[in-house]
Amino acid sequence: MENLIALLIAAPLLGAAVLLCGGRRLDAVGHWIGTVLAAVSFVFGAILFVDLLGKDAEHRTLTQHLFSWIPVEGFQADVAFRLDQLSMTFVLLITGVGSLIHLYSVGYMEHDERRRRFFGYLNLFLAAMLLLVLADNYLLLYVGWEGVGLASYLLIGFWQHKPSAATAAKKAFLVNRVGDMGLSIAIMIMFTTFGTFAFGPLLGTHEEPGLVGETSEGTLTAIGLMLLLAACGKSAQVPLQSWLGDAMEGPTPVSALIHAATMVTAGVYLIVRSGAIFNAAPDAQLLVTIVGAVTLLFGAIVGCAKDDIKKALAGSTMSQIGYMVLAAGLGPIGYVFAIMHLVTHGFFKAGLFLGAGSVMHGMNDEVDMRKYGGLRKYMPVTFITFGLGYLAIIGFPGLSGFFSKDKIIEAAFAKGGTEGWILGGCALLGAAITAYYMTRVMVLTFFGEKRWQPDEHGHEPHPHESPSSMTIPMILLAFGSVFAGGLFSVGDRFLHWLEPITGHDHGDAPISAATVTASTVAVMVIGVTAAYLQYGRRPVPVVAPRGSLLTRAARRDLLQDDFNHVVLVRGGEHLTRSLVYIDHTLVDGVVNGTAASVGGLSGRLRKLQNGFARSYAVSMFGGAALLVAATLLMRAV
Amino acid sequence: MSASAVHSLWTTAADPISKIDAPKIEYGQLSPTLIVVGAAVVGVLIEAIVPRKSRYYAQVFVSAVALTAAFAAVVALAADGYGTTKAGIAAMGAIAVDGPALFLQGTILLAGLVGLFTFAERRLDPAAHGNRVDSFAAQAASVPGSESEKAAVKAGFTTTEVFPLLLFAVAGMLVFPAANDLLTLFIALEVFSLPLYLMCALARRKRLMSQEAAVKYFLLGAFASAFTLFGIALLYGYAGSVSYATIAQVVDGTLTTVDPALANTMGNDALLLIGMGMLVMGLLFKVGAVPFHMWTPDVYQGAPTPVTGFMAAATKVAAFGALLRVLYVVLPGLRWDWRPVMWAVAIITMLGGAIVAITQTDIKRLLAYSSIAHAGFILAGVIATTPDGVSSVLFYLAAYSFVTIGAFAVVTLVRDAGGEATHLSKWAGLGRRSPLVAAVFAVFLLAFAGIPLTSGFAGKFAVFKAAAEGGAAPLVVVGVISSAIAAFFYIRVIVLMFFSEPRPEGPTVAVPSPLTMTAIGVGVAVTLVLGVAPQYFLDLASDAGVFVR
Repeated sequence: MENLIALLIAAPLLGAAVLLCGGRRLDAVGHWIGTVLAAVSFVFGAILFVDLLGKDAEHRTLTQHLFSWIPVEGFQADVAFRLDQLSMTFVLLITGVGSLIHLYSVGYMEHDERRRRFFGYLNLFLAAMLLLVLADNYLLLYVGWEGVGLASYLLIGFWQHKPSAATAAKKAFLVNRVGDMGLSIAIMIMFTTFGTFAFGPLLGTHEEPGLVGETSEGTLTAIGLMLLLAACGKSAQVPLQSWLGDAMEGPTPVSALIHAATMVTAGVYLIVRSGAIFNAAPDAQLLVTIVGAVTLLFGAIVGCAKDDIKKALAGSTMSQIGYMVLAAGLGPIGYVFAIMHLVTHGFFKAGLFLGAGSVMHGMNDEVDMRKYGGLRKYMPVTFITFGLGYLAIIGFPGLSGFFSKDKIIEAAFAKGGTEGWILGGCALLGAAITAYYMTRVMVLTFFGEKRWQPDEHGHEPHPHESPSSMTIPMILLAFGSVFAGGLFSVGDRFLHWLEPITGHDHGDAPISAATVTASTVAVMVIGVTAAYLQYGRRPVPVVAPRGSLLTRAARRDLLQDDFNHVVLVRGGEHLTRSLVYIDHTLVDGVVNGTAASVGGLSGRLRKLQNGFARSYAVSMFGGAALLVAATLLMRAV
Repeated sequence: MSASAVHSLWTTAADPISKIDAPKIEYGQLSPTLIVVGAAVVGVLIEAIVPRKSRYYAQVFVSAVALTAAFAAVVALAADGYGTTKAGIAAMGAIAVDGPALFLQGTILLAGLVGLFTFAERRLDPAAHGNRVDSFAAQAASVPGSESEKAAVKAGFTTTEVFPLLLFAVAGMLVFPAANDLLTLFIALEVFSLPLYLMCALARRKRLMSQEAAVKYFLLGAFASAFTLFGIALLYGYAGSVSYATIAQVVDGTLTTVDPALANTMGNDALLLIGMGMLVMGLLFKVGAVPFHMWTPDVYQGAPTPVTGFMAAATKVAAFGALLRVLYVVLPGLRWDWRPVMWAVAIITMLGGAIVAITQTDIKRLLAYSSIAHAGFILAGVIATTPDGVSSVLFYLAAYSFVTIGAFAVVTLVRDAGGEATHLSKWAGLGRRSPLVAAVFAVFLLAFAGIPLTSGFAGKFAVFKAAAEGGAAPLVVVGVISSAIAAFFYIRVIVLMFFSEPRPEGPTVAVPSPLTMTAIGVGVAVTLVLGVAPQYFLDLASDAGVFVR
């Protein structure tokens, strides 16, 4: 059974190789090859899942050692895989949602002449993401980490003929490099400290702590901070969040799969997987919760101000991942709920993005929500599935998001002390804002009067429902949005499933769970009402009003790019300029001076070679005399 | 004288005289040298017997077969264990058959074979009067520019004597590192030097320059030989013997019997030290170490380029082999006397070669100075006085000789109306016009510079490592600095070839026959193989690194 693990990765990898190397003759069938191989991977995942369920909870870890990658004395790296409850969860999410989005892309990318290549990249992404979550050591994880970064870059810039897409891809790549640097430094510290980067000996289990338990807290804090930096880059957390909004330049299925459901959650996976390190480094852990709390508010505020439907959803993604990071930072209190929210979010956010894609598909790729309105009549399936996703994300009681988000808010309070109150408060506030901005999206898009107008060529959009290859995945994801949370929470199924890996702790909640649930529902209702009053009762201007200072800042992503520009770009330019100055004057001065003096010496010595045999003979005679004299002298001394 | 006295003379003469024991010669173990010498004699006979038209083919055939057979004999001897367990002294103590000797003989034979290919190249110069011509003068004895020279060219004469000369030179070089007494050493020195002097004078183009180079080489070579011979005489006076082993024993003090005829001189340290200095100086002349290097640039530039390539490679191998044997077998007891002096020589050789090379404008002179710098690097390995030192020098010599022959073979290809275009300015933009030739030359230059993945790096690394472990760390520092200086002029040529605009009236690259292509191809292949996977050959050199005493 272990041998299936490698096949899980091999299927989409094969797809990527075939599609990218196959050339034009695969154009007609390429998209189906990609979709089928993604589905094959999902089937393998399902088989393994059934197999794991058949074992008892403590023995659900499968490992497969494929080959020795770098067998050097004192430096052993293996290509080995580990399938446990945590990676299994991710495998099902990645291959399941991934297969649906492959299917959706068949319709969405129908008119794109580079569709085969698109599917090749999607398969490449699946393979890299599976490698990331299945790796049995940090070095192999890093390979997958860079692989998803590459796939993300290629897919954001897929429409490279648009300068904005090319720039966005470059931006995502560059910002991610900062995070990747953190991961590579963390791995280097691990290697120098422990001499290994394999999960087993490093992290240990609950019963037997691994090498991590024998190390000073300072080292672990350093590793933790570097891992957090990595997570911030990949999961678009403050301060490395700036790339995610621009990444929406990619095709919508990409936004749904990579920049909502899976890749951006890799940071959460990294933190939860490295739980043993963070548990022993409270300072790093505290910083994780702070990053999560700040980001969940940051993303939510940005989401309120965007008129571009995908960018509003991107802000929301950032905010929801903020929740997960917050939960992951709470330690054993929150690990399980971080992952649970990650899975439910994978369903409803992918569904929302696919819905947004469907709307754009019917509206001539218009993304400005102020030019939508009243679409519920024209695309009923999209309306219903999007609506269910909407209810799930705002935490409508009984739907997926309600269960998972509520647990995180509870866990935040259960952190205890002042921190607990602050974090819980932030999480609650975030829930209110979530309800507000999602209601705004919903109302602007599907309710009210139609506001679309003919474009500059005089073409008026004719909104219509999308083909079934697009609606079927939306419907299936809507099922997930509705039922996943309940399925996981009833009887604490998900908790029992994941607990052997992550551990669990109830913390000490200052207020009862019922109070938290009631407050969550209450703030949700407040958020929905506020948004409805603002956008549902009054006509919506097609051109955005000037807005308050905060609105304007939020439209500019809370000035993140301006900040980066002023501090990093200008600062960097000044730094390089001064380094260039030093290089030119000091370094070049020394180097050129040396070169000039050697050259001068060479010119002078060269004159000794005057072409006369007599001079040469004198030189030889002098040399011999010196040689003999020196030998004699050495003896005398 | 009375009649009876005369008679008694007769009768005494009639007495049976004591028998002279026939010297015991191990023909099998000497076979590599004997094959080459025999072939050289056959080559002389070919000149006398075979019609002029067929001589070229006969000579090339005989030389190639002889060198190949001699190499096979070396391999067979090595495979038989003569490099390790069966190593011993042959020919009544005159020749050592051991690991270093066989390794160096193998290298010299391969270098000779590759050199032979460049000698035999006849497609580079345009045919004169319908006759294909090689790099050598039509008739060496004719005065340059004279009517007789023109007549010789018109008649299609070629100097096929170069092939037996090459074989004689190779034969001398085979004996030189294997010589086990000082007289054999000296005879070997002369046997390979004289043909080289001659060959230097044989260039087809720029004959005056070629002859000037040959005369300088001959004068200075004779001067150096005189030193060597005088050193040998002094050492004989000190030890009462020319045998390496005996001298070493006297130096160590393990042999104290005094020859009554030499009672005044034996054991006199002044004789030993002066003799050693003069002998070593003669060898340093051959390897081209500063300050005995001054012939190198002039001779390298003037000699026909195939000869330069062969000489630069094989002479260096043979001379370093002899130097190693003298220092390790004869004079190990004097290590503390010669090491400081050799340190100084190594340092000024490395720095001198590298620094003066910077301002050279002729590619052949540039390579000459480069060879001087390399002699310095090899000296650093010699000074290590450890088994690693020996094996690293052996490896370096093997690696260096193929790069050198290959590089000079490339030089023969770049030509303009006046023959080879050796001025550096003419090489500008060569990479645009002939990317393959320029790329191959770049590989050789990178190997000279010691860039990783070329044999130059592996060799330099081995030598410096041995020197550092042998307690000569400052030498390594100087070596690395010189390498940095040297890298400048190697890279400058690469930049010139690839990043400069080609000159409108620039040279053309001749298309060679398979012979030169083979020489260059072997050079590139060896450079890359020794660079990428040097371990097998390092092990080979390491196994061969023990001198028999």
